[in-house]
Amino acid sequence: MSERLTMVTGRTRKQAIGMHKGKDSPEYREATGLVEMNPEDMARLNIEDGGQVLIRTAEGEVELTAHAGSLPAGLVFVPMGTLVNRLIGTETMGTGMPSFKGQTVDIAPVGEREGSS
Amino acid sequence: MSTVVEHVTCTFCGCLCDDLTVEAEGTEIRKVRLACSSGQGIFMDYDPRPRQPLVDGREVEWEEAVAEAAAILSASDSPLIYGLSSSASEAQRKAVALADRIGAVIDSTSSVCHGPTGLAMQAVGEPTCTLGEVRDRADLLVFWGCNPDASHLRHFPRFSLTAKGALTPNGRADRTVYVVDVRPTGSSKKADHFLQVDIGTDFEVLTTLRLLVKGLEPSVDIVGGVPVTELKELVERMKSCRYGVAFMGMGLTMASARQLNVAELFTLVAELNEFAKFSVIPMRGHGNVTGADQVLSWTTGYPFAVSFARGYPQFSPGEFSAVDMLARRAADAAVIIASDPGAHFPAAAAAHLERIPTIVLDHGPSVVASHAHVLFPTAAYGVDAAGTAYRMDNVPIPLKSVISTGRVTDEEILDRIIEAVA
Ligand code: SF4
Repeated sequence: MSERLTMVTGRTRKQAIGMHKGKDSPEYREATGLVEMNPEDMARLNIEDGGQVLIRTAEGEVELTAHAGSLPAGLVFVPMGTLVNRLIGTETMGTGMPSFKGQTVDIAPVGEREGSS
Repeated sequence: MSTVVEHVTCTFCGCLCDDLTVEAEGTEIRKVRLACSSGQGIFMDYDPRPRQPLVDGREVEWEEAVAEAAAILSASDSPLIYGLSSSASEAQRKAVALADRIGAVIDSTSSVCHGPTGLAMQAVGEPTCTLGEVRDRADLLVFWGCNPDASHLRHFPRFSLTAKGALTPNGRADRTVYVVDVRPTGSSKKADHFLQVDIGTDFEVLTTLRLLVKGLEPSVDIVGGVPVTELKELVERMKSCRYGVAFMGMGLTMASARQLNVAELFTLVAELNEFAKFSVIPMRGHGNVTGADQVLSWTTGYPFAVSFARGYPQFSPGEFSAVDMLARRAADAAVIIASDPGAHFPAAAAAHLERIPTIVLDHGPSVVASHAHVLFPTAAYGVDAAGTAYRMDNVPIPLKSVISTGRVTDEEILDRIIEAVA
C-alpha cells in the first residue's frame, strides 16, 4: 500500500557533521538516507521502524530508512542532501526557491512496489 | 612548530562564533575549543595539503587552468556565476566584477535559503537589530519556522535562549520563548510555548496575529491548527514585552507563499512597535551568505539573481536565480564558487551542471567539483586565509588565517580570471 503524504526537508546535526566528512562518506549517507515519520502513519502503511521505504514524486524516487519520529500525521521529514533532492522539482514560482518544504510524496514500504494503490 | 590562535571565527553558520581557540602543529590543526559539533569539521576535517588545479581531471599549472577558464567564459553566451556563501566578501566583490566583465548572471545560495526574505524586505522593510541587542535586552523570543538546536547550535547560549546580558542577567529565566513550527523539534522542546501550525498555513496564522494586534476578533476558533486562544496569549505577550525578537527560517521561505509569509511576519513585527520594541532577524545559514547579499546589494542594488547580460544589473528571481537558469538550460557555462549545487539543488537542475563546462573554486571535495572542467583548489577563508564575513545580523566579522599553507584564495583566482578574459 502506498499513500500520499507531505514532505519537509531540513538540516540535522548529523547531516552537518557528515558534510564535513564528505558526501561520499558513510556518515553523510547514513545522515541523509532516512525519513522520519509519524508512528501511526507507519503502522497504517505497514512500515517498520528501521525498515526501507520507497518515496516517489513526479521527479524521481529514492529508498530511505524509515524511523518513527514526533511528526504530525501526514507529514514526513527527510534531512537535506543529495538523495532527497532527487524528489524535489525545479518549479520556484518566480522566486528562485524550489519546494524543499511541502512537496507531496508517495510512500510505500519497499517490496510493495508492484500492485501498490 | 605549534601555535595557539585565539578569537578565531567559525565560518560554518551565520552565527560566525568568533570566540574559538585553535591549536595547530605546522599545518595540522590539532584541537578546536568552543566550536559546536557542526563547526568542528571546518577545522578538524580540513585537508591542508597544497594541490594543483585540474583541467578535465588532469593536474596542470595555474596559468593553464586560468587560461582554460578564461577560454570557457570567453566562448560562453550565457555564463552563470553561483555560490559565494562560504567565501569571503573580498572574493564576493571580485565575483561581481567578473560577472560585470563577462555579462554573466550572478546568484548566491541565498536564492535557495533566504531569497524570499530579501523579496519580503524589498516589499515591506525589515525592522531588525543586532544579536548583541538580543543578548542584552530581549525578554520575549519567537522562533518561527527555524530550528537553531539543529542548524545554529551556539545561537541559544551565545545570543538568545540562555545568553546572559546587561538587562537579562539571569539568562533563560529572564526570557519567555515561543517556537512556531510544523513539527516538534529540539528547539521546541526548549521553549516555554510551542505552537504547532499545519504545513502551508503560516500566512494565515500570521495574518490572524496581525488582526489580533489591531484588536479585531477572528470569526473562527482555530487557525492553521492553532486555537485562537493561544494566538491571543502570544499577542498579549508580544504587546507587553520589553523587547521582543522574532527569528525566522526556512519554514517560512521554503513553504508555499514563501516571501508572502516573510512579509507578513515583517509587517507584524513593524506593527508591534506601536506597543513594544520588537525586531526580527532571519536565521541565515551559511557562514557568509549574508555577505553575499550585502556585496551584491551594494555593488548592483539587488541581493541575488542579478544579470549583467545587457551590460547593467537586472534583477529577476525566477529568471536569473540559479535553479531556474539551470532548469531552463539557459546557462551554457558556470563558475561555481565555494558551494555545492551538485548536492543541494533539485536533481534536474543539478544535472545541467554536468552538461555544460564548469569552473569550480572550492577548498574541499564536492559533488560539483567531482565533474568540474576546471577545478581550482583554494584556501578556506577562516582556516588558511583571512577575510571578512557578515554575521546573520549584518555585522561584519573578521576571519583569521590560523595555519599557513600557501594555498591560493578565491579572490586571487578570480582576479587572474578577470585579467585573462579582459
Ligand atoms: S554555532 Fe555556527 S558559527 Fe558557531 S561554532 Fe557552531 S557552526 Fe560554528
